[in-house]
Amino acid sequence: MTAARAVVIGASAGALEALSVILPALPEDFALPVFIVVHIPPDKKSVLAELFRAKCVLPVREVEDKEPILGGTIYFAPPDYHLLVEDELTLSLSVEEQVLFSRPSIDVLFESASDVYGAGLVGLVLTGANHDGASGLRSIVSAGGVALVQSPKVAFSAAMPEAAISACPTAHILSLTEITSFLKKV
Amino acid sequence: MDATMSDGEPQERIEDIEIRLLLEALYSRYHYDFRKYSLASVKRRLRQAREQLGFNSISALQEAVLHNVEMLPRLLGYLTVQVSEMFRDATYFRAIREKVIPHLSTYPSLKVWVAGCSGGEELYSLVILFREEGLETRTIFYATDINQDALAIAEAGVYDLERVRLFTENHRLSGGKSSLSEYYSAAYGRAVFDKSLRDRVVFSDHSLVTDAVFGEMNLISCRNVMIYFERPLQDRAIGLFKDSLVRKGFLGLGAKESLRFSAHAREFDDFVREEKIYQRVAR
Repeated sequence: MTAARAVVIGASAGALEALSVILPALPEDFALPVFIVVHIPPDKKSVLAELFRAKCVLPVREVEDKEPILGGTIYFAPPDYHLLVEDELTLSLSVEEQVLFSRPSIDVLFESASDVYGAGLVGLVLTGANHDGASGLRSIVSAGGVALVQSPKVAFSAAMPEAAISACPTAHILSLTEITSFLKKV
Repeated sequence: MDATMSDGEPQERIEDIEIRLLLEALYSRYHYDFRKYSLASVKRRLRQAREQLGFNSISALQEAVLHNVEMLPRLLGYLTVQVSEMFRDATYFRAIREKVIPHLSTYPSLKVWVAGCSGGEELYSLVILFREEGLETRTIFYATDINQDALAIAEAGVYDLERVRLFTENHRLSGGKSSLSEYYSAAYGRAVFDKSLRDRVVFSDHSLVTDAVFGEMNLISCRNVMIYFERPLQDRAIGLFKDSLVRKGFLGLGAKESLRFSAHAREFDDFVREEKIYQRVAR
């Protein structure tokens, strides 16, 4: 198995609670960059980075265009911008049209990250009430990466995990605590 | 590199080659230069174009665009992003109004450049703001883009009425001193913006990638255009802005853009830091 080089996470309705279990549990020596898209209304100033900065051991950033990628850092997409992984060193933003009514779009992040990291990518789809992330997770799987999905049974909103599972039947279906221990071991 | 790679990987690499060749072809044939654009976004848009225009591969798309001129505007429609709103990020326009306008009003005549004006939303926002602040009649606005279709849309100034609701709310939040409805007439689900808003506007085809300085500007607004450029190309564009600005002229960027990583960072001071409004240093 290829060693993981990055983690991407997508979450929508119920995201805060789910991420509040996972992100603060990542230890200081966690070496991978973590890129996260959470669906937020475009007119809202994002408070995600601030909120998690207070809770996490790892540094947390809201991405600016062409921001350098550092290991052991948590990156949030800003509201109303798509987040893309440019190469292993750089992130970029875009205001291209919404995808599945969303900007930022989980699919856009996952597909661009998959192009860059291939088999070295871990993709995680959490709770949400739409289908974003399913097609992105499929790209990750076809490039040889690892797919994790929050179990729809315990997710605040089951639609997004369910869509991800039907697109990627081989995905690991896990509870939040199982996801956390999985990530600590990659 | 060695040809024996795992399954799946060679396909990716072929697509990268195809993209590089297509961008090269576009430049050689038509002088549109996307070669230094951010790859992740270009790749996404070319995949979209390939699929929606009905080609089996990027190479097939390349053949079509090389041999058929009519394919060019269709492909450019994908490669140049045209998503904007009037008064997008109301706080930016509020900062222009409250912090930049008092400086500009000390000049007898003004030049404003909206670089990468796309469909004109930002241009009209600035013209309306300058009219409200009493500076329009001493200002010339330059609106430039590489996409002729986008320039035509900007010049027409017609937008879906559906979108105008959002524009109106943004305008209000930006500290608008009039009602946006004073500037357009509504008909058949569309808002036609008053042609007097274009009296002081020069529309022009200009590329930040290949064209030269555009002289003596007091304010350049270029928001969410350079996010599609790789960093060296961003530096070229920012250098162009630096040379096009008068001393102490202003440069406004998108909310998530920054001069922090730029080679020209020292040529500019933060003017309104949180709104990404910079001032050219007075050297």
